[in-house]
Order: sequence, then C-alpha cells, then structure tokens
Amino acid sequence: MTPAAAHPLAPEHRAMTGRDLGWICGCLIFVMAPHAVRVPWWLTVFALCLFGWRTYLAFGQRSLPSRWLLVAVALLGVAAIGIEYRTIFGRASGIALLMMLAGLKLLEMRTHRDATMVVFLCYFLVLTNFLFTQSIQTALIMCGALIAITGALVSFSAPQRAPIANLRTAGLLLLHAVPIGAVLFLLFPRVQGPLWGMPQDAYSGITGLSDTMSPGTLSQLSISDAIAFRALFKGPAPSPRQLYWRGPVLWDFDGRTWRMGPRRVRAPDEVGGSDAKFEYSVVLEPHNRNWLFALETAASLPPNAWLSNDGQIMSYSEIRNRMRYEMTSIAGGRRSEPETPGSLARGTLLPSGFNPRALALGQSWRRAFADDEALMTHAIGWLREQRFVYTLLPPALGRDSVDEFLFETKRGFCEHFSSAFVVLMRAAGVPSRVVTGYQGGDFNPLDGYYTVRQADAHAWAEVYVPKRGWVRVDPTAVSMPGRVDSGMANSLPAGDPVPYLMRIDVAWLKSLRYNWEALSNQWNLWVLGYNTERQREFLSRMGFADADWRKMVTLLITALGVIVLGLLIWSLKRMVLPDPVQQLWLAFCKKLAAAGLNRASHEGPRDFTGRAALRFPDAAGAILSVGERYIALRYGAARPQTEIAELKRSVKEFRPT
Amino acid sequence: MANAISTESGPLRRFGAWFHSSEASEVGAITLGHRRVYIMPTRLGMMFAVTLVIMLVGSINYVLSLGFMLTFLLAGMAIAGMVHTVRNLARLVVVSGRAEPVFAGETAQFRLFLENAAQWVRPAIMVRHDASGAQTVTDVPAAGSADVVLPVPAAKRGWLELKRVRLETRFPLGLFRAWSIVRPDFRCLVYPRPEKAMLPPSSPDSSLGSRQVTAQGTDDFSGLRTYQLADSPRHVAWKAAARSENMLTKQFIGEASAELLLDWSQLPPILELEAKLSRLAGWVLAAEAAGLRYGLRMPGVDLARAQGDTHRTACLTALALYEA
Repeated sequence: MTPAAAHPLAPEHRAMTGRDLGWICGCLIFVMAPHAVRVPWWLTVFALCLFGWRTYLAFGQRSLPSRWLLVAVALLGVAAIGIEYRTIFGRASGIALLMMLAGLKLLEMRTHRDATMVVFLCYFLVLTNFLFTQSIQTALIMCGALIAITGALVSFSAPQRAPIANLRTAGLLLLHAVPIGAVLFLLFPRVQGPLWGMPQDAYSGITGLSDTMSPGTLSQLSISDAIAFRALFKGPAPSPRQLYWRGPVLWDFDGRTWRMGPRRVRAPDEVGGSDAKFEYSVVLEPHNRNWLFALETAASLPPNAWLSNDGQIMSYSEIRNRMRYEMTSIAGGRRSEPETPGSLARGTLLPSGFNPRALALGQSWRRAFADDEALMTHAIGWLREQRFVYTLLPPALGRDSVDEFLFETKRGFCEHFSSAFVVLMRAAGVPSRVVTGYQGGDFNPLDGYYTVRQADAHAWAEVYVPKRGWVRVDPTAVSMPGRVDSGMANSLPAGDPVPYLMRIDVAWLKSLRYNWEALSNQWNLWVLGYNTERQREFLSRMGFADADWRKMVTLLITALGVIVLGLLIWSLKRMVLPDPVQQLWLAFCKKLAAAGLNRASHEGPRDFTGRAALRFPDAAGAILSVGERYIALRYGAARPQTEIAELKRSVKEFRPT
Repeated sequence: MANAISTESGPLRRFGAWFHSSEASEVGAITLGHRRVYIMPTRLGMMFAVTLVIMLVGSINYVLSLGFMLTFLLAGMAIAGMVHTVRNLARLVVVSGRAEPVFAGETAQFRLFLENAAQWVRPAIMVRHDASGAQTVTDVPAAGSADVVLPVPAAKRGWLELKRVRLETRFPLGLFRAWSIVRPDFRCLVYPRPEKAMLPPSSPDSSLGSRQVTAQGTDDFSGLRTYQLADSPRHVAWKAAARSENMLTKQFIGEASAELLLDWSQLPPILELEAKLSRLAGWVLAAEAAGLRYGLRMPGVDLARAQGDTHRTACLTALALYEA
C-alpha cells in the first residue's frame, strides 16, 4: 500500500505533532498531580523524568527509544514499586504503576492512535483520584480535567483546528453528555459492591475511632476536621449536654491501653410512655469499622445491626460506604437492669504492678465510703479540686501513665481523664468502664443538620451503681465544664493546635461555612450516597414502586431514546440556511405556481421570468425586475440591504394576473 | 487497496458493496439526508467501550459514586459524539464541478463542491473515490462551500465515469465514523493516448484536386525519423538503418504546406483500432502545434479542415468516442 492510499482519517496513519504532545502531557500532569502527594517522592521524579525525556526527543525531532530500552525501564520501575509497596497488587501500588506506565507510554507514542490510548488512560486516572476523595472540589477540578482531555481527543479528529475551537467542541459534547449521564446515573441498575475481595490497603487513610485507647489516641484524632457523621433530628433536638454519641466501650486495661472485651447480644430498650425520646437520622461517613453511633440510650436498631450488652450498636459488616440510618434514642440514660456477675467482675479488673499511687488512693476511698454512689460522688469532687489542665498537647507519659497524669503532670486530654477515673474506681472495687464516642456536634442553622467531626471524639466513664445501673460520669466535663457546654476550642489553653474550623468565630465566615456544609451534606446524600436503596427510593417516588432491573432497563432505554431524539432535533435545527434572497425567490415562484405557472427544475431564473413575462404580459415589468434583482443578489458579489428590501417589497406586492 | 480502509474487514466490505449496490447515478446537487448517512464505531470506539466497562467495574467494586458519574458522563459523551458525527456529515450537499478532458494515461481531475448550508463549520470531511483510492480531507466552512479535487487515473479513452464516491468523517471524537456513498452523474472525457508521431506523408485527395498540399513532401531530404508501419518502403533509409538498431525513414520537405487531411484510410490496415486512434490523436496534436489547417476523416466522421482549440477538441472528442 502506498502512503498516499493510507486512510487519512485513520488515527494509526497520522503522526502526532508537538502540539498534541504538549496537550497530552498537560492532561496527564493535571490528573496525576493529586496523586503526586500520595506516592513516594521518587516516583513523581521518575514520572517527570519520563515526561521530560519525551519532550526533549520531540523538540530535537529525535527518534523514540527502542522497545527493549523501554521494557528495561518498565521492569526497573515495577521492581522499585514492588520494593517500595511490598506488593504490586493493591490500590496504592496500582496507582504508582499507572503513573509509571503513563510516562512510558508517552515514549512509544507516535501516532494519533497511541495518543488516543493515552487519552483513555487519562480518563481512567481521573477515576483513580476518586478513590481518595469525592468532594465537591475534586469533582469540579476533575470537570476541568475532563474538558481538557476531551479537547485533546477532539484535536486528534481535527488536527488543523484551533485549540480553543476544539475545547469549545469538547465543552459542548460534555454539556450534551450531562442529561445522558444523569439518566444513566439515576436509572442504571446498581449493584452493591465490592464484587471481589479488595486489596489490603483499599481503606487505608480512613480516620475514626479505634477499638483501643491509649494516651494520645483521641488527641491525635482531635486535630482532624474530618466529618464523622451528620445527624438530623425530627423532633426537638437535645441540649449540648445530652449529645453523647456512644461508640466502642472499653473494658480491658493493660496499664497503658484500653481494649474492647467480648460482647453478647441484647435487645434494645423499649421506649416507655413517659420517656423523652429523640428521633433522628444519621449519615455516617465510612470508617472501616463495625460500630454505628447513636445517642445514649439507643431504643431502636438500624437494619443489619445488633446491640451488644454494653450498649454498642454493631453493624454486621464494616462501614465502607457512607451509610444512612434512622434511630430512636431515649433521653436520660438507661433504667436499672441487673448486670451479670461476670461483667461486674470484669469491670473491676486492673493489671497488677501498674499505677500504685492511684491504686492506693482508690483503696483509701473504699475504706472511707461503704456506699458506691457516695464514693463516686467523692471521687468527682476530688477531680474537680485537683485543677487539671485540659490540653491537646499533654506531656509524654511513662510506664505508670495514670499515676503520672494524676499526681505529676496534671495535664491531659479526655482519654487521660476517663482512663484515670476508671482506674480509681476499679481500685476502689467499683465496676466501671471507659466509653468512647463523640460529644457535641456543630448545628447548621441552614439545613438543621448536626455535624460531628473527628475533633469531637471523646471518652468518658460509666460506673455501675447497684440501684441505677450503669451511670455516665464524664470526668473531663467535671474538671472542665466548658468542654461540654461550649465546645473544645474554648476549653483549651491558648496556643493549642485546635482544628481550624473550630476556631472560626467570624460571623460571615461562619455563615459561609454553614452554607458550604449544607451543600456538602446534600452532595453526600444525593450524589455520593446514591446506592441501590436510594435508587429504589427514587424510583418509587417517581411512581415505579418495586422496580426490578427489567423495568429499570426499559425506563433507561426510553429515557435515553428521548434524549438522543432531542439531540438529533438539535443537530437539524441550525441546518437550513436562512438565506432571505432565496426564500423570497421561492415565495415568488410559489405565487406564480398558484397562478398556474410552474418552474421546471432545470429552468434558471432568467428563462423562467422570461416565460412568466410572456404568460402574464400585464405583470411583465414586475416579473422581469424581480428576476433581475434576484439574479444580481444571488449570484452577484455585493448584497446591499436596500436591494434585498426592494426585492422583498416587490415580491410581496406581486400579483400575477 | 483492500486494506486502505482499515476498519472494514473482508466480509464487512462485501456487505458494504451489497448494501450500497444501487448503481444509478444522481443528477445535480446531492444532499446527504440523514437516511443515507451510516454510522459505525471505529476500532478506537470499541476500545473506549472496553475502557468504560473497566471503569464501571472499578466504580462498582470500590463503590465510587463519582466513578459512576464519570463513567456515565463519558458514555453520554460517546452517545452525544455519535450524534455530532452524523451531524457533521448529514445534509451536506455534493455538487459536481467540471472535469477537463485528459488523454488516456493521464490523471483526470474531478472537482466536487461540498456545500454546507449549516451555520457551523464541518471539519475533517474525507472525500474518497474507492475505485481508484483517490482521496482528500477538507473542512467545509460555515454557510459556505469547499472544493475538493479527486485525481483519478484515466486508463482508457472514452467517458470516465466517477461513480461511487465515499464521504466520511470521524469528527469530533474519532470513536465513530459516519459515511455516505454518492454516485454523482459526473464524467470526464478521455482522449486516446496520443502517439508521438510525425505527421503523415501527404496522400492525394481527390476532393482537393491540384491544391493538395502536405506538410511533408517528397522533394527535399530534411532528415531521418523512426520507421512507422505506414511508411513507404521507398523512403526507408536502408544505409542508415544498417548502422542503427531501428529502421529509419528519410523525411522530405515538400511544397510550403498549410493544409492536411488526417485520413483513417492512410493508416496501415494491420494496426489495431486503439493504435489507429492513438496515431490520429498524435497527428491532431502535431498538426495543431504546427499551425496547420487539418481535417479528420474516419468511418462515420468527417470533420472539415479547420484549426484552433475548438476544432482540436472536436477532433479529439470524435476520436475519444469513436466506436467501430
């Protein structure tokens, strides 16, 4: 086949230009930049070197490296990634591989076909960014990336066009894609993932409460602005003092770390007639753990969850997607219930040989008070007197962490307070346990949602009082009452690293924040939270209750058909050239046809007007002048508006008789 | 040429040939209505579909709502792109221009005008003559027209019909190709391949009587030329021929000659028809170049002596269209 016969539209026959290369590199850098901070630094440098190499070759019109060299570089890169990540199968290492392969693909990119494959890779890299963040900002940035990438694709089909025209076409295409994409998003039958086992590192980097607590765990969490969950109350909202969101309950202490113990299932409490109850829905962020959060004390259970004997709501599977559930809670704590002797015994266990001074103090209280409740009241009073300092930056603690906190440093965060209090209680033989969770929440007056952040993570204590059951004691609130009433930021000494959002006190900034959070909440609910259940909900609201996949596919195809039809109509719309001169001529011919004189298809204007003039001698002057004017306007170089107006007038006044 | 259109494999091509098999040519301006614009995904379009499936599976597995959104948006883009591709070709008007006559062995230049009644540019429209592989790509401006020239080799004398012309575009995404087949009533006249021949020696023509003149006479020797079958053996330069590989004929200049009759009967009967026509065409060109008045006489054709472009065209046309 001779080169001249090569199909000029086939991308494999068209060499790419420097402009194409620049555009492709720009797109790749755009979509890979967010990954650059997530991968090891050397990989970013490596990828940039490959880009630079390709650019250097392009500028000097040099030939591309041989395949063997590229294979060698690729093997080297795979080996380096394998060593760095200990595996090449995983989310993080997969992205690292993609970044490297994108750079290598550039080095063997010769034709528009190769370049198109890189464009597809760019689309895929956009998707990989969503593995890490799906915020509104990310979506907007990636919209920009999409336009640029699509612009590259368009420019391969029309290499001669100006880049701005190609970008405009790309924007128009994406605009037309929006209704189709929206219909697919809403109606495409959703399958709840995952389809297969996820790589080990699939959920790394998700913050949240842990099933253990040691000094520093919560204070680490407290500098994070990340949202733990949102809650919307249906009836009256609780006061800030009632906003204790119960999480993992910790029983076992080894001197430094608190752990969860074995748990049994029990039924949720029933709401009595006189109980004040709260009804609310929770939108929980994924935290890759089993527990769900609810206000104390839970009186209902979300689907696929169970309640443990120590009052934790546990889901049967890890929370890996944003989840929404309805809850009912009883205000004012639990009614008395007998606790098993085993649990009571576990609630007084302490590791031997740790924190001797705290042990001694607890035992001295035991000797002074026979009644557990009186002892507890005394202990609370003692805590209040000690003037502890509440800080996010507590000094490091040694082996006997509780002793050091209570008697030496006296500076700590809620985990220090709760841990110390429970150790003192257990030393006195009073059954007690640590409860972690969240306290408080930021009310958004715009949409009525409470936003609970990781920074609201909290730990408190529960003490078993024989007649009352488990009673909540918040040692932090006892020492620093402001922590619960007015939030953490106001309780901390100046200079502590408070989460940024918690410091903001300027009115307009606050309202901006509320607006933004309301928007994010809707985004989370309707865009990110759109799953199988939401789809069913949406369809039944549209009047298609119990839609199975067949119904959905039918609906989908119908909707797509309508949209494509609309697009086709649009594509026809601006097709007819509205040439006024031609339209006037056609109107003129129509009038003559009505009078019985049809123009033959081969007949030019001069012949036709000549024939018409003979047929209608009375109007001959008018007919010939219309003909002359039409010929001058249609085939002449100039097209004065006055002449068009004149033609229009004479056609309008023309009456063949 | 079989693999010139890379996206069409063998069976597809045969199907296409059957599909577009109507051979009636179309007179006048041909509008590519929506019904005659066909569309198929390209190979890259298939690969894009595979990419989308991978992205969909990834979105399901990692439960990425934005991944779903991206995948569906890209699917929507491909569907919208399909409509855009059809739009780029639909309602384009193909008008035949003029094709100047050529000699056999030369290349006929078929000029087609693509008229765009739409208010937007139609970029990257390929016009291709499948039979010869002649092709060109052009942008058609908004509410304007573009002209393309298809250079088609002219092998035989007579009318060269353009027949099937394929218009194709892959704009804007390259994921689909839309095409349409037109058969414009467009032909080019092909004259016989002119033989580079010296003008024939004069032969008596009764109709001209004593005023018979020829370009070449028999009076004065003027040089040698290659022997041609029609040459009289008396004029062969035997001595010169003995030294040369070719037979040579002695040439003589006769009376100051201004008129000539190119007569079919002057040609040796053993020549084939095409060779005869070629020689006559060569004579016409030579006579015209020499500024002579010449006539042409063939069975069924008798063109009186004249001179000039019109006469030359008339003679060549008669030769091109001669049927035994």
